[in-house]
Amino acid sequence: MSTTSTPAEGASTTRAAQPQEVRHARPPRSGVLLTALAWVVGVLFALPVLWMVLTSFHNENDAAKNPPDLFAPLSLDGYRSFFDAGPWPPLLNSLTASVLSTALVLLLAFPAAYALSIRPVKKWTDVLFFFLSTKMLPVVAGILPLYLFAQKVGLLDNIWWLILLYTSMNLPIAIWMLRSFLAEVPVEMLEAASVDGASLPRTLRDIVAPVVMPGIASAALICFIFSWNELLLARVLTSTVAGTAPVFLTGFVTSQGLFLAKVCAASFVVSLPVLAAGFAAQDKLVQGLSMGAVK
Amino acid sequence: MASSTATRPDTEHGRGPVPSTALKRSGDWARRAPLLPALIFVIVMTQLPFVATLVISFMNWNAYYPDERGFTGFDNFARVFTDTNTRSAVLVTILLTVAVVLVSLVLGLCIALLLDRKFLGRGVVRTMMITPFLVVPVAAALLWKHALYNPEYGLFNGLLKAVFGDNAPQPDWITNNPLAAIVAALVWQWTPFMMLILLAGLQSRPLDVVEAARIDGASSWQIFRSMTLPHLRQYIELSALLGAIYVVQNFDHVFTITSGGLGTANLPYFIYQTFYTAQDYGRASAAGVVVVIGTILIATAALRTAFSLFKEESR
Repeated sequence: MSTTSTPAEGASTTRAAQPQEVRHARPPRSGVLLTALAWVVGVLFALPVLWMVLTSFHNENDAAKNPPDLFAPLSLDGYRSFFDAGPWPPLLNSLTASVLSTALVLLLAFPAAYALSIRPVKKWTDVLFFFLSTKMLPVVAGILPLYLFAQKVGLLDNIWWLILLYTSMNLPIAIWMLRSFLAEVPVEMLEAASVDGASLPRTLRDIVAPVVMPGIASAALICFIFSWNELLLARVLTSTVAGTAPVFLTGFVTSQGLFLAKVCAASFVVSLPVLAAGFAAQDKLVQGLSMGAVK
Repeated sequence: MASSTATRPDTEHGRGPVPSTALKRSGDWARRAPLLPALIFVIVMTQLPFVATLVISFMNWNAYYPDERGFTGFDNFARVFTDTNTRSAVLVTILLTVAVVLVSLVLGLCIALLLDRKFLGRGVVRTMMITPFLVVPVAAALLWKHALYNPEYGLFNGLLKAVFGDNAPQPDWITNNPLAAIVAALVWQWTPFMMLILLAGLQSRPLDVVEAARIDGASSWQIFRSMTLPHLRQYIELSALLGAIYVVQNFDHVFTITSGGLGTANLPYFIYQTFYTAQDYGRASAAGVVVVIGTILIATAALRTAFSLFKEESR
C-alpha cells in the first residue's frame, strides 16, 4: 500500500504497457483459456442481477414459469405495481438521509482529518484508532438506548434521528480516508497560506479541499452507499413517516399471489442509485472500501 | 496513507505528520479545535448508548411489564449464558463470519489473479464482477430468496428443469441448507469486495522484479508463492479485517432470507428479536454487552493487525 500513490487508472495503464514481453513468453492457448474463464466467472457473478432485471420486465405469470421462459414478451406490469404501492416517500426519505448524512460527515470529518495529519494533535494515532474501534462495536449493542432516547424526546420515526445516526456510523470511515489523502498535501502550500495569514476554514476550503477533491469524492461515494443500504437502524427507529427504501422493501412481499416480477422491479429500482454511482466511480469505490488504504 | 511516497514529485520533500516550524507556533487547543466536533459527536452517538446498554443489562425491564422495572444484578447475564438460543446465536455468528470471509477471500484472490492480466473486455468483466456488491443488501437477499432459491419458480430449479427435463430434482434450497443459503448469498456480495482490494494490491507489485525473476527462469507458481503472495499479505489481512467487521454485523440477509428461523439467528438478529419483538430490554442489553465483550476480544487482535499495517505504511 505504500508502494504506489498513482491513481488506479494510472497504475493500470502503466501495467498494460509494461508486461508485453512477459505475456509473449506464455503459450497463447493458456491465455485464451484464462480469458474465457475470466469471462465465464464475470458472467456468473453478474447473472443474478441480469436475471433480476429480465424478470422485472416480465409479467407475473411469465416470471413464475418453470423452466424459465427467457423470451417471454416484455411487460411493465412489475414496475406498475411497484410504483402503485407508494414507493416515493421511502425513496425520498432514503435520499434525504443519505445526502444529508454524507454532507454532515464531510463537514465534520474534513477538519478532523486535518487535525490528524497536517497539524496533528498529540497522540493522533490513538485518536485515529479510537475512531476505527467504534466501527467494530456492533450497532445492535447500542440500538436499544438509541430507541428509548428517541421515544422519550419524540424522535421516533423522524428522519433527522436517522441522519444523525448515519453520520456517526460513517464518520470514522471518512476520517480515515480523508486523513490518508491529506497526509499527501505538499507542506509548502500550507506554509504559504499560513504566512499569508489565512484562517483555518479558509485554508481548508481554498487550499486543501481542491487538492484532495478525489479523496473527498471517494469518501462521499462510500458514505452515500452505506447510508442508502442501511436496514437495521431504519427498521427499528422509523415506521410510516420516515421509513427508508430498504424498510419499504422488507414489507413488500406480504401480498398474496404471484409477486416475483414486482419484487425484482422493486429491488432493481432501489438498487439503481447505488449501481449508477458505483459504476460511474469504480476506482473511487476501491479507495472508499479500503478506507483510503488502497489508492 | 502513504506519507512517504516517491512516485509523485510534490510529495518528495520528506513530509508526513511532522509539521514544519511555521505551523507549529500556536497552542495545543488550536490544534485540537478542528478535531473536537467529530470526536465529541462520535463519543456521544456511539459510546453513550453502550454505557446505557450496560446499565440496562443489570435491570429487570420488560416493556410489557413496566411495573416490575428494577435492578436485578446479574440475572440477565445468567439467563443469557444458560439460554440455548443465545449459545446458538453465538455459534451461528462465528460460523457465518468465518465461512463468508474465508470463501469470498479465496474466490476473490483467484478472480483478482484472473483479472490481473490484459485481455479483451477486461473492463467489462471487472464491471460485471463489481455488480453484486452494488445491489442493496436487502434487495440482494430478496433476489436470492425469491428469484433464485424458490423451489417452484426460482432460477436454480428452473435451470435444473431446463437441463435435466421434467423429472429433474427440485430441492427446497433454503429449508434444506438454511445457513449455507445465507452464506452463498453473502459470498456473492462480498467476493467482489475482496477482489477489488486484492486486485489493487496485485497492481501495485513492482513489475520489474517479477519480470527479472521470469527471465531468470522462475515458474509462474514460484513467482506467485515467493513474490506475489508475500506482497499481497497486507492486502489479504486488510480485506479480511474489513470484511469481518461488516459480515459479523449482518442483519439484512438473516432477516430477509430466513427471518432467523431454521437455526440461522445470529447475534444481531437475536438481539433485535429480544428487544423489538419480545420487548425484553434487560435481556437484550445483557446479550448486547456479551457481544461487545466478545467483539473487544476479537477487535483487539484485529486492531493490532490494522496497526501493524498502518505502521508499515507510514514508514
